[in-house]
Amino acid sequence: MKRFGLLAFLAVAVLVAAATSTGGNSRSAAKPFAGVTVNVVTFTGPQIAEPLQRRAPAFNKLTGAKVNIITVPFSDLYEKILTDAATGTNSYDAYVFDPQWLGDFVPAGYLEDLTSRVKADKKIQWNDIGPFFRNFSATFQGRTYTVPMDGDFQMVYYRKDILARDHVKPPATWDDYLAIAKRYNGKDLNGDGKGDYGSCIAKKRAAQSYWMIYSIAGAFLQSLGTKQGAFFDVKTMQPLIQNAGFARALDIYNETTKYAPPDERNLDVGATRGLFTSGRCMFSLDWGDIGTLAIDPKTSTVQNKVGSIILPGSRQVVNRKTGKLVACTKVTCPYAINGVNHAPFAAYGGWSGAVNAASDTKTKDAAYAFLSYMSQPAQANVDVTLGKTGFNPYRASQFKNLRLWIKAGMSKAAAEDYLGAIRRSLQSPNMILDLRVPKAAQYEGVVLDTALAQFLAGEISRDHAMKQITDGWNSITDKVGRDKQRAAYAGSLNIQK
Amino acid sequence: MTTEATSANRAAKPPGFRSRIETWVGGQSERLVSAAFIWPAVLLVLSISVFPLFVALYLGFSDVELVRGGFDIHWIGLDNFRALFSGEDKSEFLGVSGSLTPLGWLVIVAGLGLFAWGLVKAARGGVALVGLVFRALAVVFGAMLLWQVVHTLLAHGGRPGTVVTTLVFVCTGVALQFGLGLGLAYLVTLGLPGQRFFRVVFLLPMTITPVGVAYLFSMLMDTDKGPLQPLFRAVGLGNWSWANSAWGARIAVIVGDTWQWTPFMFIVLLAALEGQDPEPIEAAVVDGANRWRVLRDITMPAIFPIALTVILLRLIEAFKVIDLPNVLTSGGPGTATESMTLQAYIQWRSLDIGMSAATANCLMILVTVIAVVYVNLLRRRAVADA
Repeated sequence: MKRFGLLAFLAVAVLVAAATSTGGNSRSAAKPFAGVTVNVVTFTGPQIAEPLQRRAPAFNKLTGAKVNIITVPFSDLYEKILTDAATGTNSYDAYVFDPQWLGDFVPAGYLEDLTSRVKADKKIQWNDIGPFFRNFSATFQGRTYTVPMDGDFQMVYYRKDILARDHVKPPATWDDYLAIAKRYNGKDLNGDGKGDYGSCIAKKRAAQSYWMIYSIAGAFLQSLGTKQGAFFDVKTMQPLIQNAGFARALDIYNETTKYAPPDERNLDVGATRGLFTSGRCMFSLDWGDIGTLAIDPKTSTVQNKVGSIILPGSRQVVNRKTGKLVACTKVTCPYAINGVNHAPFAAYGGWSGAVNAASDTKTKDAAYAFLSYMSQPAQANVDVTLGKTGFNPYRASQFKNLRLWIKAGMSKAAAEDYLGAIRRSLQSPNMILDLRVPKAAQYEGVVLDTALAQFLAGEISRDHAMKQITDGWNSITDKVGRDKQRAAYAGSLNIQK
Repeated sequence: MTTEATSANRAAKPPGFRSRIETWVGGQSERLVSAAFIWPAVLLVLSISVFPLFVALYLGFSDVELVRGGFDIHWIGLDNFRALFSGEDKSEFLGVSGSLTPLGWLVIVAGLGLFAWGLVKAARGGVALVGLVFRALAVVFGAMLLWQVVHTLLAHGGRPGTVVTTLVFVCTGVALQFGLGLGLAYLVTLGLPGQRFFRVVFLLPMTITPVGVAYLFSMLMDTDKGPLQPLFRAVGLGNWSWANSAWGARIAVIVGDTWQWTPFMFIVLLAALEGQDPEPIEAAVVDGANRWRVLRDITMPAIFPIALTVILLRLIEAFKVIDLPNVLTSGGPGTATESMTLQAYIQWRSLDIGMSAATANCLMILVTVIAVVYVNLLRRRAVADA
């Protein structure tokens, strides 16, 4: 009996040990990154940082990896990341940043090549991501370096209810935009008895405002397709600034200020979005965020009253030899719609995640897994419908599945309108690609931004602004090397859409 | 007896080679010991303050590229300074000169006259040649600054650059802070009811972080949505924005800076007022002097050295203004509120490190010259008078 008891005890002990051991294995299999900490840097939210912070605990439960989201102001993000990587400090294991900066990061070897990881990753459903984001935002010289999390196109939003009531067509050209903005400026648009504004465009310096000018200028500068480029002459790397098209764009940009809030020059995108969703603006020029912010019942008074359209265009485009505007014809504007040349601007390119090549292998694996997790349809297809995330649609499934949007609070008509505007931008053969060459942050964030701010403030004339941008850009190009920059710019335009 | 004689003999003998060696070693070891104690501190100070200064100076003459593992630094001579003083950054840094107004001419003539008078007075006062040369250099520097200020501020079509904007912030801000700080400190010494409470209240703004102050003023000055919106609307400014006007934005920065830094002036001047000898005041009161006479003829001279010192400290600090213009307006509208520090910061955050260092070097030279001139012309005289 005693022997039996001992045998029984041993048998139970073995079984318990086996079970414990199996349990341990299954835990380690289910939590492959237990004990790993991943530091992810992005810009001070609430947008972009919010979904990363919200989903980090769930990812921790799933994989065991602890993800710290570190945020810095947008204007400091480029310098922080590049300095951290170049000096070998390596405080960050992953970056959620601007794919425009790949030209500064990839050649220097700071980013992990994610090509093989992406190929082996079935959950990310890579082919569901729009070809533009896969082939431009995520790719540099044929290799994959980032995981797209966001789709960025600038569009014009308008008060659909008011224009429909007054039988006014949404603007097809920038002249239409100005005429309608002028008509409704000072009228009460939200029923509070106070005058509101015709146009709300973020114009604050050192914010995210300098992209707006290319949303206007694009239609005048580029008409022969994406590969023509809108920033520089591809052969000479001379800036496409001192011409009648950019001059007209600056005039339009300046005139919108007349129909805007008095402090528009000091408003960033957060402020203009707030104004639009509180019903105070007829128009706004923005990325896809307004579409989802407008359906948030907590903050929006314009639910299902918002229309979105591809960027307005122009009936005239620049002749690059003479620098003068010429009328759109089948030859000069082959992609024109009803005689209007549209050039939707893929400003910024969409927030994307990259992995620091200097982190250790386990951390790199965990960092990639987190970025993949954020981009996987199970998460991403919810996040893009929430205004607070700052993420806009970039996957085919997000465009096809209207239920996602209806569930989030959009009417079917509003969802079709919103997604239709993005889809038309995305599919345009004349889409403008944002600048992706070394020092892109300096070209746009300093030289262009400063000249625009000075022009809007009346410190410098339109022609002076164009000369200042041209001189500033040429100075950077010459410093870096004209041939090197020309090759980088031409390379960035040669994409498969 | 024998011992005493031996000692006397030893004393009478000239010091031998061995004793001389011992004396020399003793002296040297003392020097070595003192050096061993002093040099680590000297090296520490050099490494902390002087070495970075020289590196910053060197970077101002360089093009700095971030490369894997650190920085690639190329010597480019005066290119960065050329860009600031005559190249593509000139209009942002120095501003744009316009055609002088009559007031501008008046200020220039008065300023140059004042400089010339100072120089002549120094020459007649028996100042040594070296002193005269330095004074002449200071006058040339001052005249150049005056020329730039007048041609950008008091001229048709003129626009101040970051140098003049910084001077506007510094001069008006420090003057206001001194005036208000002195006024408040004087009120607190009068024995009015609630003075203990106000001593604490007046200090509060200094305890808030400058970025917090900037956001606070950003909200307060929002004429459309801010808490003072009804007030703005009532006085007809509901559809007006300070951020649209160059001077509106500059005044907003000066007001915010004054609100934050007046307490610093207040606390130092209060200590000076409370620390002065009461006897001359009592004697003056007995002789029938009123409060104004006492303040002007007794209190002000007594606190003059401290007042000049606190102004010097604030001047040096005020030249580095960045938080308020950066948060309130990002240097705008245009570049109307962009200080030299903010310009250097904008250059630095786009990793144009060489240009950023060049701008910072110019600021350092400006602050140093103004501080040295200030100390020499005013403080020494004040101390001597006291």
